[in-house]
Amino acid sequence: MSPISRGFRGRRRDDVDAARIPPGQYVTHDFPVLSAGPTPHTPLAEWTFTIRGAVDEPRTWTWEELNALPRETVTKDIHCVTKWSKLDTVWTGVSVDTLLDGVDTTAEYVVAYSDGGYTTNLPLEDVRDGKAWVAYSYDDEPLDPEHGGPARLLVPHLYFWKSAKWVRGLELRQDDEPGFWESYGYHNYGDPWKEQRYAGD
Amino acid sequence: MERTAVRGRLTWQLATVVELIAETPRAKSIVFDVPDWPGHRAGQHVDVRLTAEDGYVAERSYSIASAPDDEHLMLTVERLDDGEVSPYLTDELRPGDQIELRGPIGGYFVWEQSLGGPVFLVAGGSGVVPLRAILRHHAAIMSDVPARLLYSARTLEDVIYRDELEHYDVRITLTRERERRRIDRELLAEVGWPPVERPLVYLCGPTAFVEAAADALVGLGHDPMRIRAERFGPTGK
Amino acid sequence: MTALDGNAIGGLLHDVFGGEMTDALGVCAHCGRSAQVAETIVYLRGPGTVARCPHCANIVMVFVERRGVTCVDLLGLSSLVAR
Repeated sequence: MSPISRGFRGRRRDDVDAARIPPGQYVTHDFPVLSAGPTPHTPLAEWTFTIRGAVDEPRTWTWEELNALPRETVTKDIHCVTKWSKLDTVWTGVSVDTLLDGVDTTAEYVVAYSDGGYTTNLPLEDVRDGKAWVAYSYDDEPLDPEHGGPARLLVPHLYFWKSAKWVRGLELRQDDEPGFWESYGYHNYGDPWKEQRYAGD
Repeated sequence: MERTAVRGRLTWQLATVVELIAETPRAKSIVFDVPDWPGHRAGQHVDVRLTAEDGYVAERSYSIASAPDDEHLMLTVERLDDGEVSPYLTDELRPGDQIELRGPIGGYFVWEQSLGGPVFLVAGGSGVVPLRAILRHHAAIMSDVPARLLYSARTLEDVIYRDELEHYDVRITLTRERERRRIDRELLAEVGWPPVERPLVYLCGPTAFVEAAADALVGLGHDPMRIRAERFGPTGK
Repeated sequence: MTALDGNAIGGLLHDVFGGEMTDALGVCAHCGRSAQVAETIVYLRGPGTVARCPHCANIVMVFVERRGVTCVDLLGLSSLVAR
């Protein structure tokens, strides 16, 4: 190991229940902003969210329509593959179950796609049954653009790169299609509790 | 220093803190003894690596504040209140402490006599650090190339190297007191050389500052190929 | 995060390529324009480090560190020439 820097600790908290922290993670106070590109700024008047792909008919909601859907506020721990975890984060948004309500599909996979070209893939069952949201509010405030606002996907049981910022829709698919970070060698599924960071883990 | 001084393997070295100098309320210079330091070119930077007892590692880049002609390697670090590394460097380090660093790094944002001029240095905040190295080197070699610094800081007490800068051709503009003037197209035109003189421009500071200054200079007619930029950010570089 | 530029990955590039690369000249595979590596727009500290063409903003380089080994994707460049 490298020489120790006397007195250096970084910004981590250590006063947390270790059982809440997946292997290899550090707990942080703040909310790091990580991105692969510039922050998009789609005007809300042009913003839509779409369910498309292996469905009879695509469904689209405008910003107003999305905000009119039943909303939930949830408190979740989130885990980034870059090793920081943030506990008890509070989000408000629409459950993906609400968005998929009544959708008939044989699809087993989804690709979430975002402004700016980002994508991430998940098994369809991982965005169902109370496991995923399209979140537009963080900590009781409108979601900041640098954190994915106006809306991001929230899938807290997986590494946070699966919670696509600036999400604009879900494409339902019969076959799996690796998304952005998955194509660059990150794990296809990404379970933090099994430390599935990279392909092959 | 010659180019050969910066080729070769970039390995992590242990640097020992020799002296700490409080430059401003927020900025501290740290003087290091680095036994195998190969020398550097004015404008280059180093990567610094800190390791906590539990193995946690943080890495940041810092511009070299010292000139190649100076005896010791010196970095100047601005403390970011919510920073992870900078408060450690500015508040915790003591003479005798050791940190790991590797360098020198950089082949683009450098100045030496052979590059000519006139040299127009434009600094936003802590962006003045590598430009100070350039000015010190320029003075040490008694270069006949004209060189000038335009430096934007918040307040007078935020001006780093304030006494030393009086020895150079420097224009300081304060944004929160006195003239309350940001570096804009007019000020760049007023202080800098006109495009016909083809100055070699070095811009350094926060990304928004650098991009605004670059746009303004190109708008004034300067050749983009004669403008070099180094963006600083909250990650330390 | 605020983007930085290719200067910020000078150390990483030195590790990967074995020499100074910030002044290397790259040609963007998407728009065909060239720029020095130091002029690329860089997004750090994510799952990977992404460098984008300063002209067209398409991705030119991606670096992913996987347990001490750096994986490099340069498909966004049609050429890269070190000085």
